[in-house]
Amino acid sequence: MRPILLQGHERSLTQIKYNRDGDLLFSTAKDHVVCAWYSVNGERLGTYNGHQGALWTVDIDPTSTLLATGAADNTIKIWNVQTGKSLKTWDFPTAVKRVEFSEDGTLLLAVTEQRMGHLGTVVVFPIIVDVNAAQADAPLFTITFRESKATVAAWSYLNKYIITGHEDGTVSQYDGKDGELIQDIQAHEIGGQITDIQMAPDRTYFVTASKDKSAKIMDVDNLKILKTFVTDTPLNTAALTPKKDFVILGGGQEARDVTTTSQRQGKFEARFYHKIFEDEIGRVRGHFGPLNTIAVHPQGTGYASGAEDGYVRVHHFDKPYFDFSYEVERMKA
Amino acid sequence: MAPHSDFDEDEDIDFSDLREQHEVRLDEGLDTFVVVDGCPVVSEDQKPKLIKFLCKKLGEVGKTKPDAVFMPVNEKTKMTEGYAFVEYETPEQALAACKSLNGIPLDRKHTISINKLTDIEHFGREGRIKDEYVPPTIEPFAEGEHLRSWLSDINSRDQFVMYRGENVGVYWNRKKDTPEADVDRMGWTESFVQWSPQGTYLTSVHGQGVQLWGGPTWKRIMRFAHPFVNLVDFSPCERYIVTWSNRPIAIPENPPPNFPLTADEDGKSFIIWDIKTGNLLRSFAAIDNPDEDLIEVTRKKVSWPVFKWSADDNYVARVIPGNSIQVYEAPSMVLLGKKAIKIDGVVDFEWSPHAPVANPKKPEPEQLLCFWTPEMNNQTARVTLMSIPGKAVIRTRNLVNVSDCKLHWQSTGKYLCVKVDRHTKTKKSTYTSLEFFRVKEKNIPMEIIELKQVVINFAWEPLGDRFVFITADDAVPGAAVAPKMSVHFYAPEKLKLGLGEFTPVRTVEKKNSNAIYWCPRGRFVLVATVHSQQSFDLDFWDCDFEGEKVKPDSKQSGKDVAANLMLMNTGEHYGLTDVEWDPTGRYVATSTSMWKHAMENGYHLWDFRGHLLREEHLDKFKQFLWRPRPPTMLPIAQQKSIRKNLREYSRQFDEEDLFESEAANKEVVEARMRQLDEWRAWRERVEAEVRIQRVEYGAVEEEPEEAEEDRVVEEIVEEVVEEREEEIV
Repeated sequence: MRPILLQGHERSLTQIKYNRDGDLLFSTAKDHVVCAWYSVNGERLGTYNGHQGALWTVDIDPTSTLLATGAADNTIKIWNVQTGKSLKTWDFPTAVKRVEFSEDGTLLLAVTEQRMGHLGTVVVFPIIVDVNAAQADAPLFTITFRESKATVAAWSYLNKYIITGHEDGTVSQYDGKDGELIQDIQAHEIGGQITDIQMAPDRTYFVTASKDKSAKIMDVDNLKILKTFVTDTPLNTAALTPKKDFVILGGGQEARDVTTTSQRQGKFEARFYHKIFEDEIGRVRGHFGPLNTIAVHPQGTGYASGAEDGYVRVHHFDKPYFDFSYEVERMKA
Repeated sequence: MAPHSDFDEDEDIDFSDLREQHEVRLDEGLDTFVVVDGCPVVSEDQKPKLIKFLCKKLGEVGKTKPDAVFMPVNEKTKMTEGYAFVEYETPEQALAACKSLNGIPLDRKHTISINKLTDIEHFGREGRIKDEYVPPTIEPFAEGEHLRSWLSDINSRDQFVMYRGENVGVYWNRKKDTPEADVDRMGWTESFVQWSPQGTYLTSVHGQGVQLWGGPTWKRIMRFAHPFVNLVDFSPCERYIVTWSNRPIAIPENPPPNFPLTADEDGKSFIIWDIKTGNLLRSFAAIDNPDEDLIEVTRKKVSWPVFKWSADDNYVARVIPGNSIQVYEAPSMVLLGKKAIKIDGVVDFEWSPHAPVANPKKPEPEQLLCFWTPEMNNQTARVTLMSIPGKAVIRTRNLVNVSDCKLHWQSTGKYLCVKVDRHTKTKKSTYTSLEFFRVKEKNIPMEIIELKQVVINFAWEPLGDRFVFITADDAVPGAAVAPKMSVHFYAPEKLKLGLGEFTPVRTVEKKNSNAIYWCPRGRFVLVATVHSQQSFDLDFWDCDFEGEKVKPDSKQSGKDVAANLMLMNTGEHYGLTDVEWDPTGRYVATSTSMWKHAMENGYHLWDFRGHLLREEHLDKFKQFLWRPRPPTMLPIAQQKSIRKNLREYSRQFDEEDLFESEAANKEVVEARMRQLDEWRAWRERVEAEVRIQRVEYGAVEEEPEEAEEDRVVEEIVEEVVEEREEEIV
């Protein structure tokens, strides 16, 4: 099916999220608004206005009640999804690069930038999933990074761990209750900044994307690298598909590295790899800037990609996508 | 800057008197003295005569006078002792005398030897040199590795070298599969790698010089010290190697021990070495041509190699532009006939690639050399074929309105094509004519193909009689697009008795192609577009298509040409910079090197039909070079029988291939099977563990949703088509 082009942003996209039911899509970009869309037809539901800086990140709680956003104006805001009203604002000394609700929606983690003498941190807030409740002012705990700053973070199953991805290519595992470091490993090449971490639906494993042109699937319990996907371009995002055993990777030459810009040279394609066999299956073209973020529909019926070019493309998978399988898979089915 | 500006003239005051007075004299010792040995023994009366004669000889290199010659006389015999002490004005002159006058004959009986007095002191002193002769110890013979071991590969696979990032690796070609590394080393070379022409040695290039590697363990076989070496060239039979550096060699005043080069090499830019012994044969300085403009006009780029070898390694020659060709005999490195071949205006030359076989009648067979001279001094331009060592002119051809010539020998020396770029009388436009010498035929007949356009590339079919060239259409003035190219295929006409004139087979117009790569065995040719920003075409042609005869261009249809041209396949390789056929002509590697641009570096591997076998993108990819093979040693009869029974062999190979691919397929399937099992087992385990933890944690275990009933989602869409307010009166 032809993808739906969402032209609601004026600047490059930073993150896209589906809600748990998959009927809504939230997108943030470097312009100062959050957009909500119907995922089925791409109609815009509304916007959330109030941030003063570029938005870096968005997440929605499992019940689609609250929306959290982090921005370059050094704030996190909690919004009422339905009304678009800002319910709570937390201020920080630096920009907020990533927010994520826990599985049950009772905790929110946020990654803050390292800048101007402030070290990068991950802060965790308790959340009451109710639009009328007053949210706590102070975080439960803060993890401070003395070495390489964290760029992304995610919750494991049962809020057991916080997984952080770092600028130097390491992946760390922290205790989800008190923020104690459990272990860290050099998952990607040294200096291969980790640009994305997305959890599997049951949060027992996750996929990382890195500037070292590879993506990896790791076990959330022991940080064992299970799968590696090697590409020919720096990656900005990686997503896992439910229903089919695929991963979708997105990236591309950074704008400053592309001198004679052509879509071909930039490699601005979403790449599908087989999750288990690590083979490339196919590519989806269309964007004319590096892909910054990919989100997969929770029911695995489609995906959306957002790029440096300012567009979101919403794709619904066709029948051949679901029919495709390796001979080995059919044999073992 | 002008040599004499006003400023300079002001400065040009004669200080010599002052300098004389105050100069520090460093070499006040005995360095100006030399000892001349081997003089005739004469009586005292004849002594002044001899001294005078000696002075004349010794005066060739420096200043000396009869007073400065001391010739001792034996008191008993009243005869001279046969040696003399001579003082020169400067130590440099003394050194020069030792170098150039040592060992020259005075007359028929007497040969003088000249040594520095200090050396005589140094070595002649008692005890310095043992009186007894000690024979030099001869190292026991150690058997080296077999340098051509790679040829005995059980599957006769070919090797190639790849240079990417800091790593240099030699790999076995495995067609579609990942190449198998034979060796891979970090920092093996500093600037580039190169194979010797028969594939025996791999050359690495460093700041200090060049090293050769080979054998099954890739040991270092030889090294050649040439500081700041830039380029390397081998002789065709791998006996000699030429190194060049754009910086003349500077020998330090006090060379450290084991310094590989001697004062002879000071200021030289080229060195010719013997590969087997590692000995330096001779070094040469770069040619400073006073007539710089002439070179500027005729040849815009430095062409490498400068020293060109004859096909049998026996001669090496270089051109002194506009002046002469120097032909040296290898390995003695003396000028053939003691002097260069004087040719006014000579621009370039090429050896015939065919090596004549020596027979008892002619122990020194004649080789062919071809050179051209431009129009000058009311003389037409001229292409000349000359035989070496006889220096006899075999054939000449006069040409007019010549702007440039390129000499293309066919690989067996059967034909010579001179690509002549000519200008019209007004010099406003240029066009090309191809002049062919049929070298192997009696009296060397000529054939000419006149064209209206400029030929930008020409290539002979190796071992064959056909050729391909590319012409450029006239550029549209002011247009941003590059002019289109036409690719022309020519073959000789098929006659009852052998081959006739060259006849066009086909012309393909409106192409962007700019390069021609013939399969080293002939028949197949790849026409490509390289170093282009817009176009990356690859056209795979077969000149002996084994199918229906394709009609050549209609106008020539009356003639029967020795070719059946067919475009087999086309391909594309983005950013293509280099193309290399493997030595067997079965595979082609196209590569994009980071030396040219940084986009999509890597290589693609094709078979000769133009089917893409493999592509690999490698960061910082620099070089891909197939390892050449030495010429076959099978006698011609045996080669023919193989060709005859090709079907037999190919069936065998097909079977092997099939078996291998089946095995590989099976392997892949098995690997996938294993991966799938492992993954599923892991998932099951983790899911079970997590379920227990969830229950412990008190989180409500979500029942897996029943297969969703077909739900009907009703969406009511209201759309305001038009809103109109009307005031009803």
